[in-house]
Amino acid sequence: MNSSAPEQGILIEGLRKVYGSGDTAVTALRDVNMHVRPGEVVGLVGPSGSGKSTLLKCLGAIIEPTAGRMTLGGRVIYDGRWAVPDLRALRRDQIGFVFQAPYLIPFLDVTDNVALLPMLSGLPNAQARTRALELLQALDVAHRASAQPAQLSGGEQQRVSIARALANRPPVILADEPTAPLDSERALAVVRILNQMAQQAQTAIIVVTHDEKIIPTFKRIYHIRDGQTVEEVGEGRPVT
Amino acid sequence: MISLAYRDLRHSWKRFVFTGVGLGLLIGVTLTMAGVYRGMVDDAQALLDNSGADLWVVQKDTQGPYAESSSLRDDLVHTVRGMPGVAAAANITYFTMQVRRGTQDTRAMVVGVDRQGPGGPTHLVAGRHIDRSHYEAVADIKTGFAQGDRVRIRRHEFTVVGLTRRAVSSGGDPMVFVPLKDAQEAQFLKDNEAILSDRRRLEANPVFNRPGQPGLLDAVKNLQTSSRNVNAVLVRAAPGFDHDAVAAELRRWKHVSVFTRAQMHDILVAKLIANSAKQIGMFLAILAVVSAAIVAFIIYTMTMGKLREIAVLKLIGTRDRTIAGMILQQALGLGLIGFVVGKLAATLWAPAFPKFVLLLTQDAVAGLVVTLGICVLASTLAIRVALKVDPGEAIG
Repeated sequence: MNSSAPEQGILIEGLRKVYGSGDTAVTALRDVNMHVRPGEVVGLVGPSGSGKSTLLKCLGAIIEPTAGRMTLGGRVIYDGRWAVPDLRALRRDQIGFVFQAPYLIPFLDVTDNVALLPMLSGLPNAQARTRALELLQALDVAHRASAQPAQLSGGEQQRVSIARALANRPPVILADEPTAPLDSERALAVVRILNQMAQQAQTAIIVVTHDEKIIPTFKRIYHIRDGQTVEEVGEGRPVT
Repeated sequence: MISLAYRDLRHSWKRFVFTGVGLGLLIGVTLTMAGVYRGMVDDAQALLDNSGADLWVVQKDTQGPYAESSSLRDDLVHTVRGMPGVAAAANITYFTMQVRRGTQDTRAMVVGVDRQGPGGPTHLVAGRHIDRSHYEAVADIKTGFAQGDRVRIRRHEFTVVGLTRRAVSSGGDPMVFVPLKDAQEAQFLKDNEAILSDRRRLEANPVFNRPGQPGLLDAVKNLQTSSRNVNAVLVRAAPGFDHDAVAAELRRWKHVSVFTRAQMHDILVAKLIANSAKQIGMFLAILAVVSAAIVAFIIYTMTMGKLREIAVLKLIGTRDRTIAGMILQQALGLGLIGFVVGKLAATLWAPAFPKFVLLLTQDAVAGLVVTLGICVLASTLAIRVALKVDPGEAIG
């Protein structure tokens, strides 16, 4: 892999994360290398304690890696140390998050849950809401735009959380077990939406999952074991 | 940018309103306590204003007539009237007792007034002033007496001929004004059995009952049954005279204690109600601490219930100041709801208090500032917790 020219999408080279020091040091990530192109959805699978969450937190600029290099959307964000001054702004503007549970803000309606991110980035309220409604339309939940999160079904909530992740048009989306609480039909619907969104917005998406239902849909899968990644070609089964 | 605090408030408004009402009742008690103190000071001021006096002449080495007992001979007033700088002077008596009306009695301060000088009721809301020399009374409306009522003060019955307002003692008891002579009798005259007993004792005493001097026994008897004492002489100074100078002159020549209005105000406010003021001050301090603890606990609990949402907000890039602002605004919102409820409650229940409760706008403004200050302080703990939340908790 060429490490001199910044790549679009997600590029991880030689990423290492060690918790603690001395005799109590625990190596969570040893030598992680990944590349996710714009418009691509890749799976990241591995047993519990393999380092999935640590990798996601490093990519999400939540914890600092020990060594290596990370490039998101063509911008080097870590190269032995953080290369961006404001990690919170990086998360807000460059990375979309989809969680295992939707974690919508319960006191905001559906539209404002989605519009909050663009508003935080300084977009005027009206424009942020227009963008949110467009996304909700694309995800087929526009009819619940003024509902409170508690009034939505699990599938609707997850679609709203995907809309929220896309709201700032980030080049990268990190999805942590996004289909875990859903049945097969809804889980596959979520994967279909992620694929559509990846292609429409040329977003690079990493989906961390254990879900046997959706693993066959990925064209590429990264297995993580003992803090190391192994790339594998997936079935790439089409989602209908 | 939308207000997260307002949205959260709107979303769980019932919890906010109920919490705010609870806090408001506490704030209402606090405002009322301040009102009780203000009422006591105002009662003292009303006592001074209603007396119409510039100087109080009382028994030497006492701080009478309100803070200590004072007794003067009633003929002193004549010489006081002749002193330079004195425009008017009048005897006055004060004593607190249960005044009976029918089968009920009311605690009141009975004031014996000389119609020729200061000390009487300044204004009437019904009826007329005392015209006759005996057995007429003017009562403060707070006694509950009505014009034409017959009230009993010791041995005699009085007709209420007029009603006045805000004529109260420093303790807040309403006043009943009666003619000076009647008040002197009521205050100083012994009951019939005691007089008869004293007479028998005098008649049996050979020092007073001398066969050669039959007038001596009668003279002593008259002295014992006379009621020629008053509690104070109220003085109105002539225009252009310095009150301190007139007081100094009176002290010099008459061997009495004389207080100016400022000195009497100091006695009433700084000394007479000093302990009550300290008591109320302690209550206010405790209530402020309790209110702060309650607000801190509520805001802390509310924040702890939102830790997951706060983690998500931080993860998606919400600034610390936005999260801190949300908690601070909620604390201030709670304080505002509490203050409005408290002010309303205090205004509604203040008239039901037996003593005067004076709710001043300046106290309300100070109360609002203190409430908001307490809310800001109380929210700091919750803000600290919120800012320490690890955004990674949203991922797991």
